Amino acid sequence: MANLRPPYLATSALSGLLFGAGLYVSQMVDPLKVLRFLDFTAIPTGGWDPSLAFVIVPAILVMFIAVRIGRRRPAPLFDTEFHEPEYKRIDARLVGGAALFGVGWGMSGICPGPAIALLAFPPDGIWLFLAALVAGSYAGSLIVPSGHSKRLADAK
Amino acid sequence: MESFTPLSAALGGSLIGLAAAVLWLGNGRLAGISGIFGQLLPPAQTVVWRLVFLVALVAGAWAASRLFPALGVGGVEPAALVPPPAAWGVPPPVWLIVAGLLIGFGTKIGNGCTSGHGVCGLARLSRRSAVAVAVFFGVAILTVTVTGIV
Repeated sequence: MANLRPPYLATSALSGLLFGAGLYVSQMVDPLKVLRFLDFTAIPTGGWDPSLAFVIVPAILVMFIAVRIGRRRPAPLFDTEFHEPEYKRIDARLVGGAALFGVGWGMSGICPGPAIALLAFPPDGIWLFLAALVAGSYAGSLIVPSGHSKRLADAK
Repeated sequence: MESFTPLSAALGGSLIGLAAAVLWLGNGRLAGISGIFGQLLPPAQTVVWRLVFLVALVAGAWAASRLFPALGVGGVEPAALVPPPAAWGVPPPVWLIVAGLLIGFGTKIGNGCTSGHGVCGLARLSRRSAVAVAVFFGVAILTVTVTGIV
């Protein structure tokens, strides 16, 4: 199994470390800071915090360069292929799922990355929140066709 | 805008981008947290690297908070979840459970969250991700406006 080899797992670990450090350094682990970005009603009063935009734009730019580099290579360093989503259709599941996620995100200021990173300094209630997140994800997996081939067949 | 922190935001964002770049060029995997997390549940196929990534994610946040405590929450300030708006009269645990269920369910059926669609998807110029990002940002902004949680 390619994905049990030490370089592969070390890459996973390095990526996770950088990701967690980035979430703390950017303070996206603070649900209130995220909500202060999402609170556009504070723009006229000068209380709006645009920091989140200053997090996601550099993140996208760095990854954009990596994607460009990857396009010129036949495979990643430690696997035989780039696992790029092949499902291209914009459907009700995508839009509905994003909308439901948006409601939960706006209610809490927590998206899945920070939800897990917060375990480094766990606030009251985070385990309950994560349990609900797991339950919701599991419920979703019951209605979404699982398995690569089924997804692809569905896409055609 | 006293709480606006553009420098630490851009530095942290670059680290997140670098994390996604390392996982993509090294292992050909997208650093979408809801996907890495959600596919640990049955019928899980590749568990080990996902667990390694998630444990390292927590370790990375912890180590950074020890190295640079002055940045704020998780360092000198304890982390705290935001209580539901008082006017709604909803007990905090109920609010949290509803939010968690919606996030888990929504990211599963929508195939991604802020990292998968937001960072990785937009960087790949994916049309699906562009739609998802517009929808979840729009709905989240609307939700904050309607609930008055801040």
